[in-house]
Amino acid sequence: MDRVQIVSISLVVLLLGVIFQLIRKNRLLEQYSLLWILSAAILLLISLWKGLLDLISSLAGIYYPPSALFLFAILCGIMIALHFSVVISRLTKQNHTLAQEIALLKQKIEIIGKSKDFKCEE
Amino acid sequence: MIGSQKMLAIVPAYNEAGSIVEVVEDIQRVIPAMDVLVVNDCSTDQTEARARNTTSTVISLSFNLGIGGAVQTGFKYAAENGYDIAVQVDGDGQHMASEIPLLINTMETCQADVVIGSRFIEKKGYTTSWVRRLGVTVFTNLNSLVLRKRITDNTSGFRAYNRRAIIFLSGNYPQDYPEPESVILLGVNGFHLEEVPVQMRERIHGQSSISAVRSIYYMVKVLLAIFVDIFKERLH
Repeated sequence: MDRVQIVSISLVVLLLGVIFQLIRKNRLLEQYSLLWILSAAILLLISLWKGLLDLISSLAGIYYPPSALFLFAILCGIMIALHFSVVISRLTKQNHTLAQEIALLKQKIEIIGKSKDFKCEE
Repeated sequence: MIGSQKMLAIVPAYNEAGSIVEVVEDIQRVIPAMDVLVVNDCSTDQTEARARNTTSTVISLSFNLGIGGAVQTGFKYAAENGYDIAVQVDGDGQHMASEIPLLINTMETCQADVVIGSRFIEKKGYTTSWVRRLGVTVFTNLNSLVLRKRITDNTSGFRAYNRRAIIFLSGNYPQDYPEPESVILLGVNGFHLEEVPVQMRERIHGQSSISAVRSIYYMVKVLLAIFVDIFKERLH
């Protein structure tokens, strides 16, 4: 086993450990952890199975196989960042809608409050 | 002509304490039958307190949503409360209440869904900066190309909407710089837009929301949004 393999395997195992710990402590929702687990699994697979990495490298014309590993790691990072942008966009929209609904509700409550006051005066 | 329909003036206001009372009172003097809704976009000055001293209805947002989010709140209110016509009148006082009947009459005579009060069809003593003029030229040509209809003042927020447009926009309204984008959005979704020349005042207080520095970002953002709208699935 190469030294680079040992390093990458232990890093991926560490990453998986952190992910599971975060899920276990309820600090990471399952839906957001899926991409992380998937990424870590891919990295673990190509770290363990050196032949696969060599095969991919020769197919893609990458001279130095471990750099294919970095390529995968970067691709996983980009995928996750994109996923975050999608999630943030959705949250922003929901946030706007909530602010508008709250403002509309506040105004309705004001009217109800005023009409009650009016009855009391009578 | 204005008679039986339920009408609302939507007045988005962010830090317009200096002009808000005058804006509301002008509208109510010109068209007493029109309700006025001030959407206070989390102003940090006296806008809310002063607006509440008028006969207008005031809706206050919990945090600043920007002009798009504020105006959309107005559309939601109009949709919920059964208004037939909504007119957007900016809180800074540059839109003149005396021109509102013209917008509404044009809507009826042209059977339009949306009428834009434009300051460019006729020259009536209003000057703008060169960045703004450049943006105006770009949007005019782009929107004309896409919609096959010439809209000369795409940045004007002075507009009248019928019930169909109100309901559509309460669900879909662009957030950041909504005016040019909403022209495209309405156009590609089959709404009938008309334009009518109006006079506008120089701003009473405050500054335009678009400074020279941000105008490039403004152009790029709106252009991107417009291209996205063209290729987005139809919303009906």
